[in-house]
Formats: sequence, C-alpha cells, structure tokens
Amino acid sequence: MTNFRLLAAAALLALAAPALAAWDLAALMQDLAQHKGGRVRFVEKKYIALLEKPVVSSGEMVYTAPDRLEKRTLQPKPELLLLDRDTLTLERGKQKFVLRLADQPEAQVFVDSIRGTLAGNRALLERSYALHLSGTRERWSLSLLPSDQRIATLVSRITVGGTRNIVDTIEYLQADGDRAVMNITPIELK
Amino acid sequence: MTAARRAVALWLLALAAGLVVIARADFTADMSAFLPKNPSPQQQLLVDQLKSGALSRMLLVGIEGGDAPARAALSRALAEHMRQSGNFTAVRNGEAGTHDRDREILFRHRYLLSPAVTPERFSVDGLNRAIGDSIDLLASPAGLMLKNLLPRDPTGELMELIGALDGGSGGGGPHSLHGAWASRDGQRAILMAQLRASGADLDAQEAALARIRADFAALAAAAKIADARVLVSGSPVFATHSRDTIRSEVTRLSLLGVSGVVCLLLLVYRSFAALALGLLPVACGVVAGVAAVALGFGTVHGITVGFGTTLIGEAIDYSIYYFVQSRTGGDDGRGAWMQRFWPTIRLGVATSICGFAALLLSGFPGLAQLGLYSIAGLVSAAAVTRFVLPHLHPAGLSVRDIDGIGERLAGLARRLSVLRWGVPVLALAAAATVFAHRDVLWNAGLGGLSPIPEEAQQLDQSLRAELGAPDLRYLVVVSAAEREASLAAAERIGRELQPLVERGVIAGFESPTRFLPSAATQQARQQALPAPEELARRLPAALRDLPLRAERLQPFLDDVADARAQPLLTPEALAGSTLALAVDGLLLHGSAGWSAVLPLRTPQGTDGELQTIDGTAIRQALAAAGQSQALFVDMLEETNGLYATYLDEAILLSLAGFAVIVVVLAAALRSAARLTRVLLPLIAAVLLVVAGLALIGEKMTLLHLVGLLLTVAVGSNYTLFFDRGASAVTDAGTPQTLASLAVANCATTIGFGILAFSQVPVLRAIGITVGPGAVLALLLAAILAGRRERSP
Repeated sequence: MTNFRLLAAAALLALAAPALAAWDLAALMQDLAQHKGGRVRFVEKKYIALLEKPVVSSGEMVYTAPDRLEKRTLQPKPELLLLDRDTLTLERGKQKFVLRLADQPEAQVFVDSIRGTLAGNRALLERSYALHLSGTRERWSLSLLPSDQRIATLVSRITVGGTRNIVDTIEYLQADGDRAVMNITPIELK
Repeated sequence: MTAARRAVALWLLALAAGLVVIARADFTADMSAFLPKNPSPQQQLLVDQLKSGALSRMLLVGIEGGDAPARAALSRALAEHMRQSGNFTAVRNGEAGTHDRDREILFRHRYLLSPAVTPERFSVDGLNRAIGDSIDLLASPAGLMLKNLLPRDPTGELMELIGALDGGSGGGGPHSLHGAWASRDGQRAILMAQLRASGADLDAQEAALARIRADFAALAAAAKIADARVLVSGSPVFATHSRDTIRSEVTRLSLLGVSGVVCLLLLVYRSFAALALGLLPVACGVVAGVAAVALGFGTVHGITVGFGTTLIGEAIDYSIYYFVQSRTGGDDGRGAWMQRFWPTIRLGVATSICGFAALLLSGFPGLAQLGLYSIAGLVSAAAVTRFVLPHLHPAGLSVRDIDGIGERLAGLARRLSVLRWGVPVLALAAAATVFAHRDVLWNAGLGGLSPIPEEAQQLDQSLRAELGAPDLRYLVVVSAAEREASLAAAERIGRELQPLVERGVIAGFESPTRFLPSAATQQARQQALPAPEELARRLPAALRDLPLRAERLQPFLDDVADARAQPLLTPEALAGSTLALAVDGLLLHGSAGWSAVLPLRTPQGTDGELQTIDGTAIRQALAAAGQSQALFVDMLEETNGLYATYLDEAILLSLAGFAVIVVVLAAALRSAARLTRVLLPLIAAVLLVVAGLALIGEKMTLLHLVGLLLTVAVGSNYTLFFDRGASAVTDAGTPQTLASLAVANCATTIGFGILAFSQVPVLRAIGITVGPGAVLALLLAAILAGRRERSP
C-alpha cells in the first residue's frame, strides 16, 4: 500500500513539474542553443584582495557556435584570446601562449562554463557543475556550483545572468574570495 | 711423413690460436661499420648523433583500437608503467600534472633562468613596468594562474619561462582527447618517450621495447579491449629491428645454404668422411677470417661475420676441386693433382686476393673488414686444402666417380660452343644497356642499405608529424673542451639566431641553454638582482601608480634575496624532469669534449610544405657570433654525402682491384690470347649481371659492387681451369675438370642464390649479384673454351 502511494505521488509530481514551470532549465538551454553566435562588447572587473582597486578590462568578443570564442581585449593592454576546440591561444604584444586545455585544469573550468552556457550544452555543464536556475525567462540567473573537488578549490560559484537567449553578465566567485564580473552588451547577432 | 706431421701440427696450432683470438675478440653490431674511419667534424657529429644523440633515444608510440576514452585510458596506464619501469628519462602523453615538477624547477630557479633578468629590470622604472604588466595580465584569463604567484613573482619571470617551455614544442603540440594526446583524426592515442639507454646499448633498448609491448598487452587484456594494438616507432625500434633481422636472416640463410651444399656434396661424394674433410677448409677459413679482423681492427662487426655465409660459396670450391680432380690414382692421384691443378688454383686465389686487397684501402670500415676477412679466409682455405687435406685424406677414401657427368658436360660444352660469337655480342648489348641506364644504376642514399620496411617508415613519419616531434635535420653544433665553454658559445649563437627567426629564415631553434644557461650567464643574472634593502627601498617608488602595496611583496623580497645566494643550476638539479630531456639531448659529451646542439626548425611555406634552410644566412650568423668554428649541418645532405663518398671510393677501389687482377693474370699467363680468354667471360658476366639489375629496376649499392668483385673472384677459377684445359698437352683432365667445376658452381649458386631471397638488403645485394654472376661466368667460359677443345 505504502509503496503504491509513493509511486502514485511520484508519478503525479513528474506530470505536474513541467506544468508548474513552463519555463525551466531545459527551456533555457534550448533558448541558448538557438543562439548561433555574434559580436558583443564586454567590460570585466576583477576584484582581487591583493590589490587596492579592481582591475578593469574591456573589449569585444565574437562567438561562433559551438566551440569557437574570440575575446579581443582592447584595454588596459591589447590582447587576443582565442578558444578553438581544445586549444587556447593567448596573444599579448609579441608574446604568444598556446595552452592545451588538457594540461590546464584551471583554464578548462573557465572554458567549459562559458562554452557550455553559450552553446546551451546542459550535458557539458552538468559534467562539472550542479546547476540552479532562478528568475523568469525575461530575467534569469543560472548558478553553476562546481561538483568536482579539484575545481571547487579554485572557483566556488559561477553566476550567469541574462534575458531570454542573451547572456549579459557572468560572475566568477573564486574560492579565495576574489571575484570577477563581466558585463556584456550585444553589438550584432548572427 | 714428418713433413706431413709438421703441416698438420702447424695447422692445429694456427687453428687453436685463431680460436683463442676469436674468443677474446670484441663483437659489435652498432652503426660503426657504416661510419668513416677518419671522419670530418660534420661526420663525427653524425656519428655521435646516431650513437647517443636525442634521436637514438626517442620513441614514438601510438595506440589503436577500442574507442577514444579507452585509448586515452590505455595511454595513461601505459605511460604510468613506462615511468615506473625506470627505462625512460621522460614519457609525455599530454596528461595534466606531468609538468608539475618542471614548473617547480623553473619557479625555484626563475631568476637564474629568465633572460629578462637584467639590472634595468630591477631599477625603479623597470620594476614599475614589469609589475604593471603583471597586474595587467591579471585582467587576462592567464592571470588566474598568475594571481597566487604575484606576491612572490610580481615581475612575471615564470611566465617568461613557461612561454619558452610551450614555445619549445612549436606551439600547440598534439591535441588532447579525454586527457591524453591523440592524432589529428582522433583515431590513435599518441605518446612520446625518451629511453634512458642510448643507441650504443641496443640490448637495453630492446629490453625496454619488449617491456612496453608486454605491459601494453597486459593492460589491454585487463581492459578487455580485444582489438587494441600498440605501434612503436623511432630510431631504437629501427636499430633493434635491423639487428634482429640481420641476426635471424644470417642464421636462417646460413643454415639453408650449408644444408644445401651438404646435400649436394653428399650426393656427389657419397661419403660422410669426404664431406667432413671437404667442409674443413671452409671452417678454417671462417676462423682465420674472423681472427684476422679481430687482430687487424680490434673489433669485429656483426655484418662481417654475416659474410661467413658468402665465404662458404668460394672456399668450398677448393676442396671440391681437390676431391673430384684427384679422384683417380690414390696417392699418385694426389701428387698429380698438386702438380697439374694446384698452380691454377693458386693463381685463382691470387686473383681473388688482388680483388679484395683493394677493399682494404677503403675508408669505410665495413668494406675494409670485409676485404681482410675474405683474404685471410680464402688463403687459409686454400692452404688447408693444399697442405693439410692430403695428409688427413685416408688412403681408402675415394669419392664417387662422376666422370660420366663430366663427359656429358664436355659434350654439352662442345655443342654450346656454336654460340661463341654470341658472347661478345651479348656483352656489347649488356654494355649498351648499362650505358643507357648509367644515371639510374646506383642507389643515391644510405637508404638502400637500410633494412627498414617501407611500411615502418611510413608509420614513423605519421607518428612524428602527429607528435610534432622534431626531425632534427638541421643542426648548429658548437664544441669546446669544457661544458661551460660550449654553453657560453651556444648563448652567443642564440643571440645571433634570434634575428633570423624574426626574419623568417628559420621558424625557431632550440638550445640547451634555454634550461641550462652557462654559469657566467647565471652569475650575471644573480648580480643583476639588487640587495634586499636596496630592492625594498625601490619598491614603493616602483609601485607609485599601481594598485599594489609594497608590504604585500615581502615574499618577493625574500625570494630575490635567496636567489642572490642560490647555488647555480646544474644538470643534476634538472634530473627527472622534462627539462633534463631538453638539455640531455642537446648537450653531448663526446670524444672531443662537449658539444652543444641547436636544432633549427624549418619554416613552413604557405602550402604547409617544409622549406629548406638557407645555409649562408646561418653561417653568417655563426661568424657574427664569433663562432666560425661552429658547424651548420644538414643531416640529410651529410648522410647522403657520406654514402656517396663511400660509393665513389668503392667504385674506384674495385676498378683498381680489377686492374691489379689483369696485371697478375698477364704476368702468370704470358699470352694476350689466354688473358683475353680468361677475362672475357668474367667481364661479360659482370656486364650481364649489371644490365640485368638495371632492367629489373634494382638500384645498385656498395654491396652489389662487393658482389661483382666476388663474382670475378669465383669466376676467375672457372676461366683459369678452362684455359688450363684448353692449353694442356692432353685433354685427359677435361671431363673431370668440367665435373668439378659444375659441382663447385652448384655449391656457389646454392650458397649465394639463397641470399638473394633475404629481406636484409645487404645480404640480398650480394646474393642477387653472385648467384647469377657465378652461373654466367661458368657458362660463358664453357662456351668460349669449347672451340679450342674440339680442335687442339
């Protein structure tokens, strides 16, 4: 009897859930996946305990679904960050760093969170993070909590905010209390 | 009988002495046989590189089968086994964490290693710029890693060095799939490893390779991946593979050859005692040959011993002549044989010695050893046949009568003689064919001697391309008596090469000084660091417009103070890291002191094809660095050039040897007509063989040339016998002579013919020339002699 009642309750809940929230994580991911890329302007502020005031940088980003992201910083120093598949290239002045993501778990965290969010790739995100969605389709906020212990020692939370399928803020809260906030405004859509 | 006893006793003593020498001899199987006796500096470098350079220790590994995650897991597990085996100085497969030790060493020695450390960098303005740059870098994703280091390394020296570490692999390297390197198409997990044992220790390399295969088989079985397979390539694989192939082929083919000859002789002699006696000169020849090489050269090369098989072919002839030709008449027969046939055999031996003596002068130790081996072997085989065999020959022992065969052969030879006018025509046609193919007769590279199958070479190239492993074709090498001097010279050269990188003449270069600067440079960097109180005084001014307070940088002050008194970085401090790998392969301790090797990276054209490097620009840079004694080497050109030198020399020596043979024969025969009769079949046979090789598209190497020389040596015995038969007062000996020649020729053809089927190019080359050459020489000699026999 008890078993049957539990089963019925579970079935009811399962049926009711989509009805209660017509807009949910799956819907958000679907929205995000529709976004095939575009060009945005960004301003990033890093609050670092070591420093007296935040480090501010700004520039443009171009995203091409699903796995190419070009971040062109103009201030304070020109810099090009190119994320193409599994390779991260960083060009500053005459210097050029090429990182293989597999060699750099720190960089992998950064890449997976931003790539997974932009592409609406729930599976990729859930591989490394527990996801919590709040708000509405018009103004949503998605929290990514690292599930991997190694990653959690670096980043304690990533919060992505946006409207419909447009991401407009990304905040990284690091395990040591430092944080970075990036504000994004679209220039053109693809 | 006392003379007989003395001869036998002398022979036994010589044999015992020979065996003692052999027992104490050094045998080697390394590249030394292919390397020059008096090398130029470039050639010596080639030798050092091949023997113990980075190339001789680099392994490329691919894993196929299963799916991508399974391959990556196998790669990680195999790498773990390899690291723990202690057989490797480094194993890289793209796993995270393997660079930890490297990074720790770099960080600890950053002020000694970073080229950015100068007095200016630690001035107020310099510090302001460097720390400002680091803070700006915090704005970038790369800053995530830098942030924790900032209090200790605010000037960002580690970033300079890590740039060098990654830049060293040419940017990027292989891409990762599931946490391990994979080929571009993702179908193969790939690893790169450096063996601890150098190319000079093939046994250790072979054991390490066997262990990789065994470990992999166990891992694949444990993971239940049935189709998993491991592909291993690189110089160590090639070297051990060639050694194994040569060893097993020499054993197998010698056995086949010996059994073939034994069967033939049993068939002819119908007597085991005669067989044993008949093989005696050959065995003594081999002992004498190996002992002579051991005494003359100090070490005996495996390839030389391999030619023991070929000696069977000629030395066995002497005892065949003896047994068949002295068959009739018991002791009288033997005495008669010595009178009638021995002078002819003696002349044949003399001819062969002249041919092989030319090889003694070769700068190619392999050829010189072969020459000495053959001379000593043939002389002793002939001497044993002449002076010992008759005394060991029991009175009652007689071989089967094969005069019947001889009669039939004589008849055949007479009938064949109608073809005699065809011989010069055929020789001319062959000469014309050879002339028409003169540009494609010779194999231009050492490749023709390499026993590496085409398929293995392709695997090597594909793995090398996927791993971005350097091909080490272009090198700059600077040598000095001391390690420090060679490092200092490498630093000066590096400063002049840098502008060439910017101009695109070269894509980049490596240097041992990247991770092991000279002591002078390390000290200069230490001296560039200000004293702690001075640095503490400069910091506030340097930080005036930066969001960082000086008291945060106490760890920086401490580290700089430590670095000023830090012991200098030595190769020992690098042990066990990938950095040691980068240094070990590029800093060689050879016979002439220390050599720093700076491999140059070839620029790629727009189509991705590798271009060639302009040697003039490099040599100018070396001169500008004040290092005009430094060498710029194109390894490919050097190897091919080395081989071309050998080949030219060997052709010259062979021609000289042939000229001496002609002189010796002319002196012995004292007749232009007889000389022609003896030489014509030999020349025609050689021309026909060369023409045949040209027609089937087989390009000749050094060893084909040696084969031709052997053909002349063996063939001269036949033609001398025919000449003797033709000019003898009676024809009585002719059928018997013909029979002995036919048997000897069969033995030769069996011995050498079998080699033609070898997979080792060195052996195949000998077989494919001597096998047909010997038959042709006999046939042509018989055809040309027939006329004279019919009309005495």
